Amino acid sequence: MKKYKWLVPTLYIIFLMLPIYWLINMSFKTTTEIINTYSLWPQKFTTENYVKIFTDSTWYMGYVNSITYTVFNTVISVAAALPAAYAFSRYKFLGDKHLFFWLLTNRMAPPAVFALPFFQFYSSVNLFDTHIAVALSHCLFNIPLAVWILEGFMSAVPKELDETAYVDGYSFGRFFFKIFVPTIAAGIGITMFFCFMFSWVELLLAKTLTATEAKPIAATMTRTASTSGYELGLLAAAGTLTIIPGAIVIYFVKDYIAKGFAMGRV
Amino acid sequence: MNKTINQKAWFFVIPVFILVAFNAAIPLMTVVNYSFQETFGNNVFAWEGTRWFKQILLSERFHAALGRQIAFTFIILLIQIPLGIGIALTMPKKGWGVPVCLILMSMPLLIPWNVVGAMWNIFALPDIGFLGHSLNGMGFDYNFTQQPGDAWFTTILMDVWHWTSLVVLLSYAGLNSIQPAYYQAAEIDGASRWAIFRYIELPKMKKVLTLAILLRFMDSFMIYTEPFVLTGGGPGNTTAFLSIDLVKMALGQFDLGPAAAMSLIYFFIVLLVCWVFYNLMMKNEAQS
Repeated sequence: MKKYKWLVPTLYIIFLMLPIYWLINMSFKTTTEIINTYSLWPQKFTTENYVKIFTDSTWYMGYVNSITYTVFNTVISVAAALPAAYAFSRYKFLGDKHLFFWLLTNRMAPPAVFALPFFQFYSSVNLFDTHIAVALSHCLFNIPLAVWILEGFMSAVPKELDETAYVDGYSFGRFFFKIFVPTIAAGIGITMFFCFMFSWVELLLAKTLTATEAKPIAATMTRTASTSGYELGLLAAAGTLTIIPGAIVIYFVKDYIAKGFAMGRV
Repeated sequence: MNKTINQKAWFFVIPVFILVAFNAAIPLMTVVNYSFQETFGNNVFAWEGTRWFKQILLSERFHAALGRQIAFTFIILLIQIPLGIGIALTMPKKGWGVPVCLILMSMPLLIPWNVVGAMWNIFALPDIGFLGHSLNGMGFDYNFTQQPGDAWFTTILMDVWHWTSLVVLLSYAGLNSIQPAYYQAAEIDGASRWAIFRYIELPKMKKVLTLAILLRFMDSFMIYTEPFVLTGGGPGNTTAFLSIDLVKMALGQFDLGPAAAMSLIYFFIVLLVCWVFYNLMMKNEAQS
């Protein structure tokens, strides 16, 4: 029994990789080949789908836009969440528990509920179709998440650290940036990973809040699918490319992922 | 940790408070505003009281969507939680297998949701997709764009593919936090594999599992993009879950009043369930 234990994760990983393989397989075929023949690997190997994406600005700008607002969002979320998480982990104050739950409720709000009001709201403040609008709207679910994860990591740091620093004559600012932030660096890394992840994969709000200037790659894909017939090969290549940023990010944080989850916060 | 009482801590929370309030409170007020009024365009509104709420709560369309949503969430929880625990239990604990498993298993979590939908669409197409072609080759009459049963099967399989890894990662982290001493004690007592799982591993995983169920409940209850791209809610309305139905009503038909009322009812249901879970989780945390 124990000997065959490796089978379960192996089969699971094969199951996970199959659709991804199929997408990559499609991305190296021409659209005619995809529609007319069924084959497990490309018969006429072509990279023209990728060439098209990297030479056509409506395509590659989609990636630039997506990465831009995702990075904005990650920076804003973590910067705002750091002091707040510190307050929640160290102090009791009026309404702290209610505030914490209220923050979490925003992680629970279905984006579909907010799509229309967001559209009207960001249009009325002239931020429609900007990267910052998407980045700010993603704060809705990423800030609560960032506060939640960071609070978990900060609570694991004993309070004596703060007290010793103050006794040694550190000001709050110096203590926070010179001692505290480096101590919870792993936690900040995990938080950034999750903020990046949830902002990168979200489409409903990003699509609702943009038209041309800040259009995310995901929206470029859905619009291409409906306008120029059904260019499956191109779509598959664009899809394959959206997996890469995530894969790079995972590679860098792989050692922290298990640890981050172990804090019991996601 | 014993915390000091310090009202000045509010200053630390203010940036978060402003950003989230700016994003949540203002749009939510718009929704509340619409839910009680009839709009005629050009900012002309008429007070409607609770009419939209009654209309939604009594409408068969809402009942049907809610029913489908509950069924979907229930099924995926029933599959993903045990499957996730099972995979976490069999994952390697050290060596080269650990990073390989972690990286490959996290992959589906980082793919944009519409790409997940598009990927599964291509994968499941009956004539050119691997899944559809294979199933038809095995003699099943499979076509997810035509048959509701197949559409459900594909949507559930896609969600299992997409999110089981989250449960795996959480359970794996929970298992890793168990000290070896527990296992040694169990071995001395001659405990069976099942007893180890039931009395050592499961209680230790209680916290992360509550979290996993909470997260999976929230996200599956809000699911929109993946089934929208995969099936478009079809065939007919058979896979139109709450969010899909809501967006159809709000942005498609522009029935703002009923859509707003539906939003609030929808949000309230999610909130209620999460509140119960949150309290359970905090109780667990206080105990340990």
